[in-house]
Amino acid sequence: MTIERKIGTVGAYLALILLSVTMIFPFFWMLLSSFKDATQIFQTAMFPTKPTLDNYVSILFSSNTRFPRWFINSAVVAVCTTASVLFFDSLLGYTLAKFDFPGKKIIFLLVISTLMIPTEMLVIPWYAMARAMKWGNTYWGIMFPGMISAFGVFLMRQFMTTIPNDLLDAARIDGMGELRIFTKIVLPLVSPALATLAIFNFIGNWNAFLWPLIIASRPRMFTLPVGLANFSGEAGSDWHLIMTGATVSMLPLIIIFLIFQKQIVRGIAMTGLKG
Amino acid sequence: MTLAKKKAMTAYVFLVIPLIFFVGVRFGPMLYAMARSLTDWSLLRKTNQFIGLDNFKAVLGDEVFITSLGNTLRYAVVGAPIVIVLSLGIALLLNRIVHARGLFRLIYILPYITPIVAVSWVWRWMYQTPPLGILNALFSALGLPAADFLLSPEQALYSIVAVNIWVELGYCTTVFLAGIQTIPMDCIEAARIDGASSRQVLFGIVLPLLMPITLFLMIMQGIQFLRIFTPVYNMSAQAMGGPLDSTKSAALYIYQTAFTQFEMGRAAAASLVLFAIIMAITLLQLRLFDRKSTEGQS
Repeated sequence: MTIERKIGTVGAYLALILLSVTMIFPFFWMLLSSFKDATQIFQTAMFPTKPTLDNYVSILFSSNTRFPRWFINSAVVAVCTTASVLFFDSLLGYTLAKFDFPGKKIIFLLVISTLMIPTEMLVIPWYAMARAMKWGNTYWGIMFPGMISAFGVFLMRQFMTTIPNDLLDAARIDGMGELRIFTKIVLPLVSPALATLAIFNFIGNWNAFLWPLIIASRPRMFTLPVGLANFSGEAGSDWHLIMTGATVSMLPLIIIFLIFQKQIVRGIAMTGLKG
Repeated sequence: MTLAKKKAMTAYVFLVIPLIFFVGVRFGPMLYAMARSLTDWSLLRKTNQFIGLDNFKAVLGDEVFITSLGNTLRYAVVGAPIVIVLSLGIALLLNRIVHARGLFRLIYILPYITPIVAVSWVWRWMYQTPPLGILNALFSALGLPAADFLLSPEQALYSIVAVNIWVELGYCTTVFLAGIQTIPMDCIEAARIDGASSRQVLFGIVLPLLMPITLFLMIMQGIQFLRIFTPVYNMSAQAMGGPLDSTKSAALYIYQTAFTQFEMGRAAAASLVLFAIIMAITLLQLRLFDRKSTEGQS
């Protein structure tokens, strides 16, 4: 029995290590490829024989590269939508958790049911709307569909219900305004939830593809994923440059991931348990 | 009384902007898409006539759309169950070990948080034919015949499914592991003391308790695979969903109809068909699981 268990445990470790290799290898291969030049990339040697940083120089600093601009675009879009989502989602979550008013249930259902509407359907009217309003090739055009997230509202509402009512009423008796109560008392109390929401929203917006692909037609307004797709489609067999571009577009996320790994794991676990 | 009224007023003030958003950017556009699916709306023509169900007839009569629907179902039917079964197995393995559990989980989540566009191109590079592709180099080292992967109409769809599974695996594993850890240990200990084997514990206690999480993941992954777009766009030549439409998903068909052919009305009709299929499959899964869990109780 114990020997059987030991063999089982060793087997478990072996399987998990093998899987880890599968999960990591593509990133490793991408990184190795990014240090090869145009001839080495087509050679069979796994490691670059003469590692070079030329690809990075070309992607980041050459006169005709657009990657830095795309990087900035992605950062602007991800930061602005995340700020908006944090504010409005917590405001809406707070209102739905802590206020009583006619129509509350209907409004909550209305917000949650928007999660069912597929983006593939919405992009068509969004595009018509953006054209009519002349929002094409603007940051606002890329950002407006993501300014509030229904999932975030759901998440924040769950957290808001844990705030004691007495605390809020005490602040009201002290004469605090409602908006001040929200910003000075409520928001600090739910900061762990805000952090989770912020990280996920940032990642989601940094990686978003379908809508930015549609709305940004000028290369200078591309986000990184759209830029990378476009660049790679045109780069043909310049795989060393494509892999360098992929590395560059992943880097900020990998850094965020390493810094906030605890919140990310907790956040993912939470989405499942809440369901 | 007045305080309650005042609070309700505050609530309405707080609600104004979010409600404008949800009506203006979610429900409004949805209704608009539904209405315009009945017109010959195009960005190329000025006309805008009501044409009844003609768009739906055109779309459902289009061989390419039917092919793309078939592909979409194949993505979901192959991809979602594999992700669920694999991630459940991995979560059970992770729960069993003592060391480096967090590190393993971290490694598995990595593909999930990186941009799908970037990983699609990385995999496309690995899938190249000999002598370029590293996977084919591995195959030949193992004495296996070379594979065409993305170039073959038979293999391309499954090559893309594999990438999507690789992306989603860590997410599902993390959710399962969190679920397993909520199972009370004394429950399992009691069963062990009563002489239950580890197999009986797994099938009699652990899996039934994980049923709600499995259902949640199954539905979410099903929707994810039914809406697959980005990997297909980035892993097929010229983003066309080839070779020979063999990887084209319904989402890519909708995108092409709307934004390369500018037939917005027809694209809206196609998107409604996809929406209906997603709803139908979700409801079907809810029904099936519901029956299973009540049967288990009786």
